Amino acid sequence: MKIHQISLFAENKPGHIAAPIRLLEKEGIDIRALYLADTEQYGIVRMIVSDWQKAAKTLEDHEFVVKVTEVLAVEVIDHPGGLADVLGALDQTGINIEYMYAFPDVRAGKAILIFRFADPDEAIARLQAAGINLLTSDELLKD
Amino acid sequence: MNSILETCAADCHPASTPDFTPTPELRALQLQRLQSVVARSWQQVALFRSRMEERGLLPDDIRSLADIASLPFTQKSDLRDNYPFGLFASPMKDVVRLHASSGTTGKPIVVAYTQEDIAVWSSVLVRCLAGCGLHRGDIIQVAYGYGLFTGGLGAHYGAEALGATVVPTSGGHADRQIMLMKDFGVTAMCCTPTYFLHLIDRAAELGVDMKDLPLRAGVFGAEPWTESMRRHIEDGSSIEAFDIFGLSEIIGPGVGCECRRHDGLHIFEDHFYPEIVDPDTGAPLPDGTEGELVLTTLSKQAMPMIRYRTHDITMILPGKCACGRSMRRIGRIGRRSDDMMIIRGVNVFPSQIETALLQNEGTLPHYQILLTRVQGLDQMEVQVEVTPQMFNDKVGALQELHAKLQNSLDRVLGIRVRVALVEAHSLERSEGKARRVIDRRTS
Repeated sequence: MKIHQISLFAENKPGHIAAPIRLLEKEGIDIRALYLADTEQYGIVRMIVSDWQKAAKTLEDHEFVVKVTEVLAVEVIDHPGGLADVLGALDQTGINIEYMYAFPDVRAGKAILIFRFADPDEAIARLQAAGINLLTSDELLKD
Repeated sequence: MNSILETCAADCHPASTPDFTPTPELRALQLQRLQSVVARSWQQVALFRSRMEERGLLPDDIRSLADIASLPFTQKSDLRDNYPFGLFASPMKDVVRLHASSGTTGKPIVVAYTQEDIAVWSSVLVRCLAGCGLHRGDIIQVAYGYGLFTGGLGAHYGAEALGATVVPTSGGHADRQIMLMKDFGVTAMCCTPTYFLHLIDRAAELGVDMKDLPLRAGVFGAEPWTESMRRHIEDGSSIEAFDIFGLSEIIGPGVGCECRRHDGLHIFEDHFYPEIVDPDTGAPLPDGTEGELVLTTLSKQAMPMIRYRTHDITMILPGKCACGRSMRRIGRIGRRSDDMMIIRGVNVFPSQIETALLQNEGTLPHYQILLTRVQGLDQMEVQVEVTPQMFNDKVGALQELHAKLQNSLDRVLGIRVRVALVEAHSLERSEGKARRVIDRRTS
């Protein structure tokens, strides 16, 4: 149920995101999702990639500071109210979301939500008890 | 006395009389005071006595001024190692004032004054200000920081002793400084040269032309500055700008100052004996040769300094000043023999920055110091590379780290600096410590 996410530190300057992305491209690593959390000075690039171990190694070999964290993925129907239903159910469980982001899965007509929780194991148990469907890594990364 | 008064220009204050002491008389006074300060330090200061013993020296071995070269040096580290009161030569009951400046490890450098020391300090400041053509009737605004820093109170006591009217604004609040300069009819300003440049710019923004004010002199110190800055200041404000020199370890401001000839800074050598030495070997160098300035306090009671290594690079200017003062002059100080930086008048060492970074992370991340000047004010940015240990994928955690680094640097340095988190391996790597500092301040 847990998905490995790769995070990178990047200065808020032109070109500072392109370089690591190009490296991954060269290694044939597919980026399924990318989210940039930014401040005035710097940003954190968060990515879900096809091969997280290879991606982390490639970036570290090129002296990037990389952090691998476990996140959870939830699939919702891409129609009005789909997201609200999941968030409503999440509210009921009482667990705190550290951060989240969403991206559409256009072909399937669905949206995927990525969540970071302080305790992913506890979150899995509570989300499943609340009837929320979590994606496995394979499901998320399938072509 | 007549000859002295004749030499003394019309702008001379009676308190300036010692400035014109005939040289043979001055040398005799210096020798007598040197012998006395060496004897006192030998009796009262354990560190000095043990260093004399290591060299097999006794106070009586000082028979001429040239013998000073046999005495041990005192370093800033000696003040740190003997923190807080280890180098005092007077009992605490005789100490009427303590000042402190930033040290290299988070602990400050402490300096002490007896009543007599305060009187000497005021008297040399009077001689500085009188040499700048100031006198009773002048209104002097002191915009050096008041408090543990020696600048504010030092200039304040001197200006009062001169008989001038003192406006003790201390540092900061540029708009209020300008308002008071204008409303009080201030005639002279004491502050750092970069701060005055900032005031000129700010005054223009407020629609105040400094040239319309009664202000006619500025006594600027606590940081090195250049001839081009002098021109900039004088063109922007129609004042006469004077360079004043001093350091807390010796007494504070007033160790030396320019006269109206602006041809080097007269050292008040009846109280502070100057030498120039080779910064590497410590060997004395002749007048006219550049080297490190070493100062000995000849009359200080509470905390005498024998052969204190200032790390300031300058030379003793040969020959006599056209003003007639017998006090020898040093050239303006442009650089140092160590890695100390002077930021808005505050001394900062790279090692202090390392201390602050280490306190937070337990390991030392790679860092670089960037110095710039914005609107006449020195700015320091500490760029810190984010290590895997420091990095976190949560924005809040990184901001917390940023704030923590910012706070500990502010605490250790005593001035506000900007911290920038930068990518790993993005800063230039080099061998020397000094290369960690990128100085983009232009005069």
